[in-house]
Amino acid sequence: MGPLIPQEIIDPQWNSVIALLIGMAFGFILESSGFSSSRKLAGVFYGYDFVVLKVFFTAAITAALGLYYFDYAGWIDGDLLYINPTYLTGAIAGGVVMGIGFVLGGFCPGTSTCAAAIGKIDGWVFWGGMLVGVFIFSEFFPLLQEAYTSNALGPIRVYESLGLNASTFIMILIVVALAAFYVASMIQKKIRPKRVEF
Amino acid sequence: MNDKSNKYISPYLGGFLLGLLLLVTFFITGRGLGASGATKSTVVTVVDAVSHSHATESAYYSKFISDDKHPMNTWLTFEVLGILAGAFLSGALAGRVRFKTEHSPKITSKTRLLAAAGGGILFGFGSQLGRGCTSGAALSGMATLSTAGFVTMLAIFGTGFIVAYFFRKLWI
Repeated sequence: MGPLIPQEIIDPQWNSVIALLIGMAFGFILESSGFSSSRKLAGVFYGYDFVVLKVFFTAAITAALGLYYFDYAGWIDGDLLYINPTYLTGAIAGGVVMGIGFVLGGFCPGTSTCAAAIGKIDGWVFWGGMLVGVFIFSEFFPLLQEAYTSNALGPIRVYESLGLNASTFIMILIVVALAAFYVASMIQKKIRPKRVEF
Repeated sequence: MNDKSNKYISPYLGGFLLGLLLLVTFFITGRGLGASGATKSTVVTVVDAVSHSHATESAYYSKFISDDKHPMNTWLTFEVLGILAGAFLSGALAGRVRFKTEHSPKITSKTRLLAAAGGGILFGFGSQLGRGCTSGAALSGMATLSTAGFVTMLAIFGTGFIVAYFFRKLWI
């Protein structure tokens, strides 16, 4: 039956309303989890707060497992889902630039929006910075086009890239996540008491 | 620890709820969540307003301009407005809404704001090069088990860990 809008089970004119409602739930969950605080977010890189790892990994597993099951049960047509295509050069180079931006700025686009919403000036400044960054990219696009479009592999799945089947990959992902949660809690116990609270 | 972080929900509960929301989003719309798309729409709108000819001649802006639709009228723009409202609601209920610049006691507000601006510029640039950010490319990509999702996630966090040492004075 799903996805509902691409099959027009829900009229596409409801798109904006649905986007607003989904966004509200998204913002509410992120803010309640502590994602409006740059110091909590940056903690993952220094071992004093692993909220990013825990929320991010738990969400990814829940959604991946859910989508896999929905597809299996016939509740959603997997062929109608948008699979973001892999442009290897852009994904790696863009990810590297975003990684530096994350440690320097302490936010990503979604989390800076949450921070801005509760009055964090640094959240608004980060947002302003992003607009400048997008503008620079767009103006220099002719020079970047090569990197942007090279190594296009299409909408491939990670388990195909690794030569596994989907269920095996999801199982491995869950085991890795549980191991990461355990290691993270050990590291945090060691590092956190030394820190002043914030 | 009895600090303010106790007022936040458990990260595992937060992650589970976020995963369910992502699942519902795919079920309804066929796509995942996002955030950086709204910054792109904003820039395209401003550039188009300042110089329509520059925007339509550009190889990049022109991809996002059409005659029948305002460049700001995108799914992600509405979604990000929702994020603002939802985060405000959560913060208001928990008593966290106030104007402040949050930073480590070892740095000044000015340093923090400069770092936030620099980080934002890099993130804005990188999110275009990587076709999406932590939400749209990494998280939503991981939900559909796309290779792009996992590569982007590993590149963002791997780089973060590698360069963290050089930025430690900002945080610890």
